[in-house]
Amino acid sequence: MTHTESHITDYRVYGWVLLALLILTTITITVTWIDLSALTVLVALIIASVKSFIVLRYFMHLKFESRLFTVFVVMVLSIYILVIALTFFDYLLR
Amino acid sequence: MAEAITHSYLENTGKYKGILAWLTTTDHKRIGLMYMYAMMVFFIVGVLLGELMRLELFRPGQQFYNAQTYNGIFTIHGIIMIFTVVIPGLAAVFGNFSMPIMIGAHDVAFPRLNLFSWYLFILGAAIALSSQFLGNGPPDTGWTFYAPYSTQTHTNVVAAVFGAFVLGFSSILTGLNFIVTIHRLRAPGMTFFRMPLFPWSLYATAWIQVLATPIVGITLLMVIAERWLRIGFFDPSLGGDPILYQHLFWIYSHPAVYIMILPAMGVITEIIPTFAQRRVFGYKAIALSSLAIALVGYFVWAHHMYTSGMSITARWVFSLLTFLVAVPSAIKVFNWVTTMYKGSISVKPPFLFALGFIFLFMIGGLTGLSLGSLATDIHVHDTAYVVAHFHYIIFGGVGFAFFAALHYWYPKMYGRMYNFRRANMAFGFLFVGFNLLYFPQFVIGIMGMPRRYFDYLPQFTLGQQISAVGGLLLLIGIIIMLANLFSKKGAKAPDNPWGGSTLEWTVPSPPPVENFDEIPVITGEPYNYE
Ligand code: HEM
Ligand SMILES: [Cu+2]
Repeated sequence: MTHTESHITDYRVYGWVLLALLILTTITITVTWIDLSALTVLVALIIASVKSFIVLRYFMHLKFESRLFTVFVVMVLSIYILVIALTFFDYLLR
Repeated sequence: MAEAITHSYLENTGKYKGILAWLTTTDHKRIGLMYMYAMMVFFIVGVLLGELMRLELFRPGQQFYNAQTYNGIFTIHGIIMIFTVVIPGLAAVFGNFSMPIMIGAHDVAFPRLNLFSWYLFILGAAIALSSQFLGNGPPDTGWTFYAPYSTQTHTNVVAAVFGAFVLGFSSILTGLNFIVTIHRLRAPGMTFFRMPLFPWSLYATAWIQVLATPIVGITLLMVIAERWLRIGFFDPSLGGDPILYQHLFWIYSHPAVYIMILPAMGVITEIIPTFAQRRVFGYKAIALSSLAIALVGYFVWAHHMYTSGMSITARWVFSLLTFLVAVPSAIKVFNWVTTMYKGSISVKPPFLFALGFIFLFMIGGLTGLSLGSLATDIHVHDTAYVVAHFHYIIFGGVGFAFFAALHYWYPKMYGRMYNFRRANMAFGFLFVGFNLLYFPQFVIGIMGMPRRYFDYLPQFTLGQQISAVGGLLLLIGIIIMLANLFSKKGAKAPDNPWGGSTLEWTVPSPPPVENFDEIPVITGEPYNYE
């Protein structure tokens, strides 16, 4: 199969993405000084998820490629989440 | 390209000759054969190790070697058979050889990556086998490497675990390659629902390979980290949790049994319509049940852990989920049988092996249900009953499907036929030997014979001795089969010896280098016999 189309992203977009990632990293570090007790892990995970979302969409081109890839990513993520949930559900009920 | 087309893939046309031409090939058909040769060597070693165990178990008490040697033998027997034979299995051999032709492609999407996967496979196998000769003696954990024992034993666990890790990467890359190949390289007009069912099963398998294998990869690295750095993941004395190991291990290893069996089911789905000369019954149901098995198969892993100390709720939930996965498997069996109904059946060796598969797979599957049911499993867990169950699935199922596939595509692979009478004889020995070997294990398992034990009580002697006789017959069957296929050249094979209707039967036997002069345009369904 040959490439019928290719997408060229403006460098400025990448610049913004970099900036966003740096800011989010700063937030991650900053919140570790605040004591959130049980929520600590949750907050860290949420920030990390936002970062991976941005990376997936721009650096990994999900925004510009066929919808099929988005479907794949969502499917894989749901399986992953279900597996984790089932494992922890054993721990919580033990 | 028009000139290269006239050469069969078995002739050397590149700059290298002999073995080098094979070791540098990117032809999917050659790579398939290279997997097959390597796996046959591993298989024979594994079988001999199995016979060594049978020999020791011939009578109660110590006969030929001690308990620690027995522990080492069942461990490496399991590692070889599982990680180097049945997990790459039919996908690596026949997926590589046949799938690109069946979907009308010149090769897989990433031919070099394909060759690289083979090298990783050899490297991983070599590392795993080195565990037998290096360090403090052969690992004695069983192929499951259960923690915390695997993080404490002084035997050479790290080499075996690291070998399995590398083998996992070979598997992931093959899966990736097949997913992309099936999405991108199907012949024009071949929609997903016009694709033959063996590629369908490989597609479902490939997703499991890509998604599940990394989990066992990281788990095995965690075992190494715990051994070397004393990080407490699994060992309670370091603050870890041994049940976490079992979760992580089976999150991969249960889906892994579908990595083994799905391509086997796919092959059977090719063979039955060809030899019944009938359209496959319920094409869509078979295609989609592969995906259903792959999906539901992710969520049943903890049926291996009913006795490990999980929460009660988790136990019955996983028991329920396990019963669900039996549904799509049963759909396939009903469809195979219905396909044969009123067909014009010709009983040739591939068909015989396929029938053998259905019979043995059903015994394995039904006993799997009694193991999946929480209450019964508590009694037979870790007994010979389990050994019988998984040999019926893995050897009776995957093994016989492999032999069926080999007899089915052999004429295409080599452009030669084989002797049918001797193939049938081999089947007879294999089938009778297999049942004699493993059926008694169900019985003594229920009577209480534990698994992975070197010694036993006198009441199990009869069962063990019947098994030993079965093991001998099975070995004879394997020798007859391999001698028949590989000892001398048969008559020249026609392009389509069985009257098959999928694309691989439209190209010459053996196929030319790039498979097709011109990629065919597909206008209808794959199995049109009426
Ligand atoms: C002639 C052929 C074979 C013989 C005689 C044989 C025999 C045995 C025996 C005696 C055990 C040990 C049971 C125990 O003490 O717990 C065993 C375990 C096992 N076998 Fe086989 N086997 C054969 C072929 C195969 C094949 C073809 C496969 C896979 C495709 C296989 C996979 C396994 C596995 C996974 C185990 C469990 C190992 C463990 O407990 O760690 N075997 N086999
Ligand atoms: Cu399982």
